[in-house]
Amino acid sequence: MYRYVLQRLLFLIPTILGVTLIIFLVMSLTPSTPGRMMLGPSATQADVEQLNHELGYDQPILKRYVDYVVDMVVNQDFGTSYYTKQSVFTEIWPRYIVTIKLATIGIILSTLIGVPLGILAAVKQYSALDSIPSLLAFFIAAVPSFVLGMVLMFIFCLKLKLLPTYDNGTIAALIMPAITIAIPPAAQNFRFTKSSMLEEIRQDYIRTARAKGATERMVIWKHALQNALLPVVTNIGMNLGVLIAGAVVAEKLFSIQGIGSLIVDRISYKDEPTIIAGTILIAIVFTVVMLLVDIAYAYIDPRIKAKYERLKG
Amino acid sequence: MEASLNTQKTTEVYKKQSQFKEIVRRFSKSKSAVIGLILFGIVAVVLLLADVIVPYAEATTVHPELKNLVPNKDHIFGCDSYGRDIFARILHGGKTSLGIALLGTLCSCVVGCLLGAVAGYYGGKVDTVIMRGLDIFMSVPDLLFTMAVVYALGANFINLLIALTLAFFTNYVRLVRSQVLNLAEKDYVEAARAGGAGGLRIIFTHIIPNAMGVIIVNTTLNVAKIIIYESTLSFLGLGMPPPAPEWGQMLSEAREYMRSAPHLLAFPALSIVITACAINLMGDGLRDALDPHLKS
Amino acid sequence: MLEKILKIKDLRVIYKTDLETVNAVNGINLEVEKGGTLGLVGETGAGKTTTALSIMRLLPSNTGRILNGEIIFEGEDILKMEEDKVRHVRGDKIAMVFQDPMTSLNPVQTIGAQIAEAIRLHNENMDEKEVQERVEHILSLVGIIPQRKHDYPHQFSGGMKQRVVIAIALSCEPDLLIADEPTTALDVTIQAQVLAMIRDLRDRLGTSMLMITHDLGIVAQTCDNVAVMYAGEVIEFGTVEDIFKGEKHHPYTEGLFGSIPNLKSRAARLNPIQGLMPDPTKLPEGCYFAPRCKYCTELCNKTRPEVIVSGTHKIACHMYNSKYENEMKQSVAKHAKKKEE
Repeated sequence: MYRYVLQRLLFLIPTILGVTLIIFLVMSLTPSTPGRMMLGPSATQADVEQLNHELGYDQPILKRYVDYVVDMVVNQDFGTSYYTKQSVFTEIWPRYIVTIKLATIGIILSTLIGVPLGILAAVKQYSALDSIPSLLAFFIAAVPSFVLGMVLMFIFCLKLKLLPTYDNGTIAALIMPAITIAIPPAAQNFRFTKSSMLEEIRQDYIRTARAKGATERMVIWKHALQNALLPVVTNIGMNLGVLIAGAVVAEKLFSIQGIGSLIVDRISYKDEPTIIAGTILIAIVFTVVMLLVDIAYAYIDPRIKAKYERLKG
Repeated sequence: MEASLNTQKTTEVYKKQSQFKEIVRRFSKSKSAVIGLILFGIVAVVLLLADVIVPYAEATTVHPELKNLVPNKDHIFGCDSYGRDIFARILHGGKTSLGIALLGTLCSCVVGCLLGAVAGYYGGKVDTVIMRGLDIFMSVPDLLFTMAVVYALGANFINLLIALTLAFFTNYVRLVRSQVLNLAEKDYVEAARAGGAGGLRIIFTHIIPNAMGVIIVNTTLNVAKIIIYESTLSFLGLGMPPPAPEWGQMLSEAREYMRSAPHLLAFPALSIVITACAINLMGDGLRDALDPHLKS
Repeated sequence: MLEKILKIKDLRVIYKTDLETVNAVNGINLEVEKGGTLGLVGETGAGKTTTALSIMRLLPSNTGRILNGEIIFEGEDILKMEEDKVRHVRGDKIAMVFQDPMTSLNPVQTIGAQIAEAIRLHNENMDEKEVQERVEHILSLVGIIPQRKHDYPHQFSGGMKQRVVIAIALSCEPDLLIADEPTTALDVTIQAQVLAMIRDLRDRLGTSMLMITHDLGIVAQTCDNVAVMYAGEVIEFGTVEDIFKGEKHHPYTEGLFGSIPNLKSRAARLNPIQGLMPDPTKLPEGCYFAPRCKYCTELCNKTRPEVIVSGTHKIACHMYNSKYENEMKQSVAKHAKKKEE
C-alpha cells in the first residue's frame, strides 16, 4: 500500500515540471513582455528593454525555464514577482491558504449535500424526494457559477442584507462564496450518486440477496450502497476541476483574496513567476486530492485493497 | 427437402436503418426531450437570424440618456448601463456564443476522439505517453489554463476556439479510448477478424458506430457546457473584446447595478439558463433514446 | 402417489413495457414431489426462469406481472401471501441457485459474510458462534476450505463461486431448491463436479428440487420427473422413464432428442429443429409449435391442443388425441413416407 502511495507522490515531480513548462510556453506566445506590460504603451523601447533585462526576461526561454526550476528545487525560492518585486512566496502563501480553506469547505459541503440526497433519490425513485432535487440539479447544471453567485448575492446580501458582499476578514464573508462554490459540484454529485445507486440495484447479486430473504432496506443499505459509493468517490475527485474553477470565479465575484484571483490579476501583467508558482501550487492540490480519493477508494473496495497489498514488498 | 439454415442474429449485429428509426422513436416518446429539441430549435433559429431581426448596430450604439432603462415597448428588454438595447445585445451576443460553442464542440470532439482512438488502438507506449501527458495536462485547472491561453493569444474568435478546444478535448480522449479498448475485445470483433477483416475495417465498421452513440450524447451535452464556460470567460473579461456583445460580459457589467437595475442581470442570465437547459434536455433525451436500458 | 411439495396451477406471467407485452408463461401446471426432483427442460426463452422467479416472487417489479394462477407450497398459495411471509419463505423454505455465478455474489463482501447473512436472516436467536460454525460446516459440505470464508468472491474461480452460491442456498436447509441452469456457465469438467455435489447434498438433506436446464444429459442423471416447456407452456410431462424410454412424444421433444449429436452415428450434419420459437409478443392462434412441426396439419394451426394423459405421461399434442386420430394418422403416414425418400 505504501509503495503505491509513494509512486503516486513521485509522479508529482514530472507533473510539476510539465505544468511549469506548459505555462512557460503559453506565456511566451504573446509578443508582449513584462517590461512593456508594467511600464505601459507610452514608455520607450529602451526603458522597456532595460526593465526586461533587470528582470532577466531577455534570456532564452529554455534557460529561464531551467533557471526557474533549479531555483525552485535548490533554493526553494519561487523567485520575485515581476509586478510587485516582492518574493513570490510571501505574497502567494497566505492567499493559498485562503483558497484552500474555501475549497475544502466547498468539497465537504458539496459531498455532504449531494451524496445523501442522491442515495435517497435512488431509493425513493419517482417520489418528491427524487423529482424535486433532480429538477433543481438539472437547472443548476444550466447556470454558470458566477450567475449563481450573483443571484445568491442579490438575495442574501443586497435584499436580505444577511451577509457581507466583500471580504471583511470575518468567517461570515466566506459563507456565500463557499456555498456558491459548493452548489454546482453538489448537483453533479447528486446525479451521479443517484445513477450509481440505480445501477447497482439492478445487479444480479441484489437478486441473490432478495432470494435469501433480505428486506428491501438491507438490500439497499448493506449491499447496494457500498458498491455504488465506489465510483461516487472517484467522481468527487474529478469534480475538483469544477470546484477550483468555481473558486476562481467566486474569488473575483466576492473579492476574496485567494490564489485564484491573484493568478487572474497577474496574467494581465505577464507576471510569470507568480503565475507559475500559483499554478504549481494548485496542481499540487489536485494531485494530492486525487491521491486521497484513490486511497479512500482502495479502502472501501476490498478488491483493490487486496491488489495493492499484494504489491507491497 | 433442403431447408435454409436460420441463424439467429446476435443483438450486436444490427441493421443501421431500423436502429436509427428506433432511436428516433424512443427520443420522441420523451416529452422533455422533445421540448428541449423544440426550445433549442427556437433559440437557434432566433439567434441565427439575429441580423434579420434587429441590426447589429442596435447592439453597439450607445445612448447615454437611456441608461438602465427598464423594459418598455421600444426596448423590450430595456437598456444597459450604456443605453444599449439589451434585446439586440442578447440576440447578437447569443449568435456569437452559439457559434463558438458549436464549433468549439466540434473541434474538441475531433481532436479528442482522434487521440483517444490512437491511444486505444495502438496501445503500449503510445497509449502510456498519451495518457500520462493527459494526466499532467489535466492537473492544470482548465479555467486558469484557458485564461492564460486567451490572454497570451489575444481575445478573438479563433483564439477563443483554440482555447475552448484545449479545455474540452480531454473529455473525449478517455471516453473514446475506453470504447476502443472495450469493443476491441467483443466477440463480434473477433468474429470479424476471423472472417478476414483487417484492423482499420474493424474500427470503422464496428467500433466507431457503437461508440458513436456515446460520442453524440457527450457532444450535445458539451455544447451547453461550453456556452457556460465561455460566458464565464467573458465574465472574467476574456471573451470577445468590447463592444461585441456577450452574455457573460453583460453580466459582468450588470454587477454594479444589481440592486438598482436587476433587469440588466435577469435577461442575460435567463438566456444562458434557457439555452443550456434546452440543450441538456435534448442531450438527456438522446442518452435515453440511445440506451433505454439506462432508464429503469 | 407421493406427496407434492409444490403445485403450480395455471400460472400466467407477462412482462409489460410501454412498447409491448411479452407473454412469458402461458398457463402452466407443474408439480414437484416431496423429496423428488423435477427437471424443467426447454430452450432459452421458453419461460423456465420466469417460472422459477415467479415461485419466489422475484420478478422484476417494474415489468413482471403474474396475471393468474396459484403456486401452492406446503399447503399455502405463495401468490396470496403477504410480502413479509414471502420473505420468510425465501432462503429458508425455498432457495434458488442462479445461472451466472460471476455476478451472483456481492463483490465487496466476504463469502463467509454472505452465507452468514442467509443464516442470520432465518435464525434470529442463533448466537454468533453457532452461525460461524454453520458457515464453516456448509462450506466444507460444498468442498471449500472453511478458512476461506474470509475471502472475497473475486478470489474464487467460476466453479468455486457457484459452490458458494449453492452453499448460500442450502445454508438454511430449504425444503425446495430451485436450480436455474446451475452449471451452464461452467466448464464441462467442473459441471460434472458441481452436479455431483448438488445430487449428493440433495440426497443427504432430502431436499426436493426443481432443476431447470436445457441439457437432457443432466435431466437423465438427476431428475425423477420431467416437464418440457415450449413458448411458455408445458407441452410434455412425465417420469424420466416416460421421457427417455417412452414410445410416444411431443414432436418438440422428439426434435430435442434428435438434435443431440450422436457419437456413434456417422451423420454428416447436425439435426437442429428448423425455425425459431415464436415471438412471445405475437403468439400463434393454434399450437405454438405448429410452425416448426414436422407433422403439422391444418388442425394444428387452428386449434390449441389439449393435454392428453396416459398414466404418468402427459402430452399436449393433437397426435395423441383420439378425437383427431384419423387426421393425425394421415399426417404421420405422409411424414414416414417422406423420411424414406
